[in-house]
Amino acid sequence: MQDLGIRVLFMGNNMQRLLLGLWVTIRISMIAVALSIVLGIFLGMLMTVKHPVVKALTKFYLEFIRIMPQLVLLFLVFFGLTKSFGINLSGETSAVIVFTLWGTAEMGDLVRGALISIPRHQYESGAAIGLTKWQVYRYIIIPQILTRLIPLAINLTTRMIKTTSLVALIGVIEVLKVAQQIIEANRYTVPDSALWIYGTIFFLYFFTCWPISLIAKRLEKKWKAA
Amino acid sequence: MDTEFIIEYIPLYVEATKLTVSIGLIGIALSLIVGLLISMIQYFKVPVLRQISAVYIELSRNTPLLVQLFFLYFGLPKAGISISSEGCAIIGLCFLGGSYMAEAFRSGMEAVEKRQEEAALALGFRQSQVIRYVILPQALSVSIPALCANVIFLIKETSVFSVVALADLMYVAKDLIGLYYKTDEALLMLVIAYLIILLPVSILAAVLERRLRYAGFGN
Repeated sequence: MQDLGIRVLFMGNNMQRLLLGLWVTIRISMIAVALSIVLGIFLGMLMTVKHPVVKALTKFYLEFIRIMPQLVLLFLVFFGLTKSFGINLSGETSAVIVFTLWGTAEMGDLVRGALISIPRHQYESGAAIGLTKWQVYRYIIIPQILTRLIPLAINLTTRMIKTTSLVALIGVIEVLKVAQQIIEANRYTVPDSALWIYGTIFFLYFFTCWPISLIAKRLEKKWKAA
Repeated sequence: MDTEFIIEYIPLYVEATKLTVSIGLIGIALSLIVGLLISMIQYFKVPVLRQISAVYIELSRNTPLLVQLFFLYFGLPKAGISISSEGCAIIGLCFLGGSYMAEAFRSGMEAVEKRQEEAALALGFRQSQVIRYVILPQALSVSIPALCANVIFLIKETSVFSVVALADLMYVAKDLIGLYYKTDEALLMLVIAYLIILLPVSILAAVLERRLRYAGFGN
């Protein structure tokens, strides 16, 4: 460490490039989380239906997606679709597809859990005091489900951001790829930059995910008391 | 589908599966130890160590394994610390898994009521006996579902080990795609290999969870 590699960070617009790289992963996760929440709510509701075919299909989907490593799913979509069906997707599009499929499964399971945790008598009492079906949902069921789901959905967001770091392996230019470019470009002038650059990325991820998990933890505590 | 190709390259996948499983097992065993240690530190409120472990948990839970591995494998050698590929993979998995296991143990221990500890102390148990005979057995039965979920999570995370130049399943699949352009066959074998590793674990977890549901105290 005789020649501090940290100066690479402040050369040219390197820091800005790293941040832009981080933004690529965050953008992919944001799109995937938004889609997963919408689709996950549908999937969760679908999973409470007591039709055997619906049950089998949703269970198969959930188990397959959750048991496969996300990287394998990325490979299936990125390499598999191209070869078998001639569908050429960019790395970023495949990432959004894969992480939406995965997020939908995770979210769907959370929604299902929240839905079945509401005891039947709540629906019945609502009906007994003369609320319409819509009013039962609007004033009794949905508020309770939301307080359970929101912290979990926020947690899913941090997991999504962490998992999207995998897109570097299918060639998307995100923060790790940018880091490699910067390190390679300065290989001769600053040979020790890798330590500092990768250390910086470690903390970039940390300071992205940490505040989000803190919010989730706080909300969970707050609403548990209520 | 080229069945000859598949049969020819099955041994490669078998080797890679062995590697993934062995590194995964070592990493999981170590993360269980780290997790138990940390949950003990937090339970006994050991000064200093407690703060350090709290920082560690936040750091490990809020960063991806891929970034941790890049730092270990490409960053640290520049500071004069060179670790082999296997070493990096195991340390990385243990660094990531330790905090998840610690959280699982902690939630189990919190589920054991305070009065049980007090009752045990009143009966003349030593602090270590309270932990050994009263808290841990009950905590463990509560933690099992979370611990199993963590084991599956950690095995899935092993799929990034190819970045530290380990010839794991992903590495073999990518190699075959690159060399022979046999994408379908390579991906099919990849999926099957992961199913062979993960399905039994997942089924075992479900069985354990069902059996331990009756292990709670007084219900």
